[in-house]
Amino acid sequence: MGKKILLEHIDVPGIETFDVYRKMGGYTAVEKAIKTMTPEAVVEEVKKSGVRGRGGAGFPMGMKWSFLAKPEGVPRYLVCNADESEPGTFKDHYLMKHIPHLLIEGMIVSSFALGANKSFIYVRGELMYVIRILEKAIEEAKAKGFLGKNILGSGYDLELVVQPGGGAYICGEETALLESLEGKRGNPRNKPPFPAVKGLYQSPTVVNNVESIATTAWIINNGGEAYAAIGVGRSTGTKLISASGHLNRPGVYEIELGVPVEDFIYADEWCRGIRPGHKLKAVVAGGSSVPILPADLILKLANGEKRLMSYESLSDGGFATGTMLGSGGFIAMDETSCIVRNTWNFARFYHHESCGQCSPCREGTGWMEKVLHRLEYGHGNMHDIDLLVDVAKKIEGNTICPLGDAAAWPVASAIRHFREEFEWHVTNPHEASQPGAVYRGEMALV
Amino acid sequence: MIETQNTIQFTPDRLAKAQEIIARYPEGKQKSALLPLLHLLQEQEGWTSAEGMDYVARMLDIQAIEVYEVATFYTMFHLEPVGKHVIEYCRTGPCCLMGGEEVYDYLKKRLGIQAGQTTPDGKFTIKEVECLAACGMGPVFQIREQYYMHLTNERVDEIINELSK
Repeated sequence: MGKKILLEHIDVPGIETFDVYRKMGGYTAVEKAIKTMTPEAVVEEVKKSGVRGRGGAGFPMGMKWSFLAKPEGVPRYLVCNADESEPGTFKDHYLMKHIPHLLIEGMIVSSFALGANKSFIYVRGELMYVIRILEKAIEEAKAKGFLGKNILGSGYDLELVVQPGGGAYICGEETALLESLEGKRGNPRNKPPFPAVKGLYQSPTVVNNVESIATTAWIINNGGEAYAAIGVGRSTGTKLISASGHLNRPGVYEIELGVPVEDFIYADEWCRGIRPGHKLKAVVAGGSSVPILPADLILKLANGEKRLMSYESLSDGGFATGTMLGSGGFIAMDETSCIVRNTWNFARFYHHESCGQCSPCREGTGWMEKVLHRLEYGHGNMHDIDLLVDVAKKIEGNTICPLGDAAAWPVASAIRHFREEFEWHVTNPHEASQPGAVYRGEMALV
Repeated sequence: MIETQNTIQFTPDRLAKAQEIIARYPEGKQKSALLPLLHLLQEQEGWTSAEGMDYVARMLDIQAIEVYEVATFYTMFHLEPVGKHVIEYCRTGPCCLMGGEEVYDYLKKRLGIQAGQTTPDGKFTIKEVECLAACGMGPVFQIREQYYMHLTNERVDEIINELSK
């Protein structure tokens, strides 16, 4: 069994309550940080841990914290990004539902480190029942003196606010989230200025993902170096992976970074292989936005070594041939999966969720969806395939926020690795347009 | 601006809740309460009407257009009346891999309506949503705050029968 940091006590009955969480060692990180450490020392431990943002971008968390501007007399804010909306990703939902105090404890430790006296947890509105769980946990922590005025007699004050979103994937982008939190449409802001300088209400703000913030409790209790000793290379610590698709045992798993992808798919400890009678065709390893890889490439690197579940190994060879750990949304597809249909589905998602602010994204995502639709339903031509590549290229890197890239990569990578399947949809329109039609020929493994 | 009658008001307990929500934000930043108040409004009225949005605008001392532009941006606010049970059906990739499209077709056939429509008896509305963050347990839909996972045609029948009582 691998090391568990976040899910160690997930099966303990009543762990969602303050008393049980406390009994299992909860809130000791708050006591340690507030009573024995300075905010700077807490930041230093997080830096030493090497933990990278678990929302998808993978930026070093301690470094992000150290960028926070600290002008005198201006409030600072910590905002937890709990707007988990990436298809394939459901680990934050799981964490908040089952062990909400882990996030609350992380919010207190992190807010103390950043000098924030009011912090926000922005939760996607669809998870209204999770919002109620969090609000209850906050009330419990407040009643026990871990939130509110003069926490544990330290003189430090913190108020936590849970903010419901309204149903918009773009609000997972940090600046769009801040706009939404200010009561506006969730349109991303131009950067710079970055939120660390001008964020919520134009004040210095750190935006971190649920899993990232929840990790800080263990780091403070055990030290940054102990955390850095787990994992592989610059991919330190553990990571929650949301596994879905054609696996025997989908679910949320905590892995030590560096586990071979093959083990994650086939070992009894995790997904236990592909459903009976079928074989792996492709994997989207880090949420719907990251490039899709055919089976052989997700299992092995270009040099034949095993590919690992780590930031570096998954992106080996660049985005064109490698993929990304992203948010850890691991979607496995067996040979019954139609790549064209799946790509159309994702393109439809990104078209629907584009905020419409940038022309390449607003127009391009709709264009890709339409072309993929006609290919899937047997009305496409060979030129359409190159047209898709061209449109994806024109979106990528040309938008204010990464939603453009997120829309372009699945399309570009699907065509790169499964071009024959797209061509089959053109050359066999009558067959391809039948429900459930799937190309089962040899796949290119460029 | 659409001129609306002042016909909507929060019930006393919701009014108290609304005031508590507004007080959460720093002085002068009360517009941040907009999404929570729209949720509260919809919870009470069943949908988000122009009258309701005007009421929220007055409460926050902002222009009505500021509420309209927000309410129309987010997918969770029903800008038309809906049925008693709004079935938010996930149509996204991972659910589809697990048979989500077939179950969705069955649901629409069973209720005799398409996405965005309400059954003639006013009991059910189907709304398509993007990922509900329960991909490992798909196909999935949500009704109010209840998630229904690992859906099959038989399970759909059970749920609809139960809610039809």
